[in-house]
Amino acid sequence: MRATVTVMLKQGVLDPQGEAVRHALGALGFEGVSAVRQGKVIELDLADGTTEDQIREMCEKLLANTVIESYHIAIS
Amino acid sequence: MKAAVLVFPGSNCDRDLKRAFEQAGFSVDMVWHKDTNLPDGVDLVGVPGGFSYGDYLRCGAIAAQSPISRALKAHASRGGYVFGVCNGFQILTETQLLPGALLQNMSTRYICKPVGLRVENTDSAFTSAYEKGAVISVPIAHHEGNYQADPDTLLRLNGEGRVAFRYVENPNGAVEDIAGILSENRRILGMMPHPERASEPLHGGTDGAALFAGLAQALVAA
Repeated sequence: MRATVTVMLKQGVLDPQGEAVRHALGALGFEGVSAVRQGKVIELDLADGTTEDQIREMCEKLLANTVIESYHIAIS
Repeated sequence: MKAAVLVFPGSNCDRDLKRAFEQAGFSVDMVWHKDTNLPDGVDLVGVPGGFSYGDYLRCGAIAAQSPISRALKAHASRGGYVFGVCNGFQILTETQLLPGALLQNMSTRYICKPVGLRVENTDSAFTSAYEKGAVISVPIAHHEGNYQADPDTLLRLNGEGRVAFRYVENPNGAVEDIAGILSENRRILGMMPHPERASEPLHGGTDGAALFAGLAQALVAA
């Protein structure tokens, strides 16, 4: 089984990288991009039967810093 | 007085920190990240700057899970002194020995230059040799030095006098110009600027030396 974990800065935490990307898009002539947030995607190949709780623990302990980041788990 | 300096793959200020501790009178052991114990009788642990584990995932995140970090946490919970500089500060927030987090600089650029720091609080071993309100010059060298914490944490840090240093001119977007903070028991200091790089005349400035001298003084008295 595979889990895809998306880690994003929490809403309200300023994202300088996303802001730089937004500026660059504007400079390229793309209008109307009002906000860009940049995060990361982590793919985990897991033993069958791994529970969502176990993946959540991985996120809490290592994959995300929950002081500043939120995470989303998708299992496929 | 015994100090230990942790060494992770990618640490690059470990020997500078060792030297600054030695100049202040500590005997210093270097401790490899795979070690599971600190040397017996260590009073002070230095967590140095650099790029531990290549800054993979998040700065300090992998180091915080390394075997020696468990020993570091045990040392801290015994009331031992810990000093984290730059990447060391990032590691201390990732281990949750200090609150908050270090984000990318607002400019998205790596910044390497001397900055003015105001000594906000002298009620700690790290800052006792300074005068409150003194402005000192210490270099910064970081890409993720933008300190952030939630409003409740900031309220606590301010209320308990745990902000040790603030930037005179904010270089990185850190909330409330915070450059360095203390733990609740005031025995852990994490800061982004590098006092170990401003502790001998050849460095071009010696404003950082008093931090190490103050630590030595406090530990001799203890």
